[in-house]
Amino acid sequence: MDVFFYIAAAIAIISTIMAISGRNAIHSLLFLILSLLAISVVFYLLDAPFIAALEVIIYAGAIMVLFIFVTMMLNIGLEKKQERRWLNPRMWIIPSILAIILFVDLMLALKNMPAATVGNQVILPKQVGISLFTTYLLAVEIAAILLMAGVIGAYHLGSQKKKVLHRFLVKK
Amino acid sequence: MLTVPVETQILFAGILFFLGLTGLLVRRNLVFMLMSIEIMFNSAGLVFIIAAKHWNQPDGQVMFIFILAVTAVEVAIGLALILQVYHHFKTLDVDAINKLKDDN
Repeated sequence: MDVFFYIAAAIAIISTIMAISGRNAIHSLLFLILSLLAISVVFYLLDAPFIAALEVIIYAGAIMVLFIFVTMMLNIGLEKKQERRWLNPRMWIIPSILAIILFVDLMLALKNMPAATVGNQVILPKQVGISLFTTYLLAVEIAAILLMAGVIGAYHLGSQKKKVLHRFLVKK
Repeated sequence: MLTVPVETQILFAGILFFLGLTGLLVRRNLVFMLMSIEIMFNSAGLVFIIAAKHWNQPDGQVMFIFILAVTAVEVAIGLALILQVYHHFKTLDVDAINKLKDDN
């Protein structure tokens, strides 16, 4: 089982690197979908089959399709001039070094984590559902309000508004 | 039966998170920046799942479902904003979007 974890983790990391360093937006999105599928394998190995299914359906299925749809609508393709200007080492070396320092910081903090019993039983969707609709019922309702606000906001931002000018500003 | 130590699992999530952070800091294309934010959200959710497995509690998976809802809203709003930015500026370069900057 450990071998599967390491293989899935390696695929996820490699495809994520390809996704953030690619030039073509569509190719990067396809690599990102591959990364999400690999992470869903990791979820399955971590005894969370329900979450693995949600990852495939919602992340790789819905959210990434939204991304690809917008990318195709904008017809982005290769942005040669901008990429050549911004992807030179002088620009990315400092953010990368700072991110690596933060990463080492996190790893050193993890070294002092208290040891605990490692669970080895599958957490079934039934338990998740019972917890979701009893303990976290208020949070579910807040999430529902958030989704409603998201729908209204996306509609408002996405609609093409007609420009309304004052009658003195209208060119005859 | 998975016997990978918890530290290694969190190391994996941390690598993914910092790949996303590096992508957010390095890239200047709005679509790529939103993708990097997605990677970071996903790795944060992965830590919740690892914790749920570690402590044998369903709460971590519940939190992942909330992260999923927040991510869906964030992507919908973010992509709508990207469309508006593209219609106004005809580019996705964030450095071109500097109308709030003082000229002098």
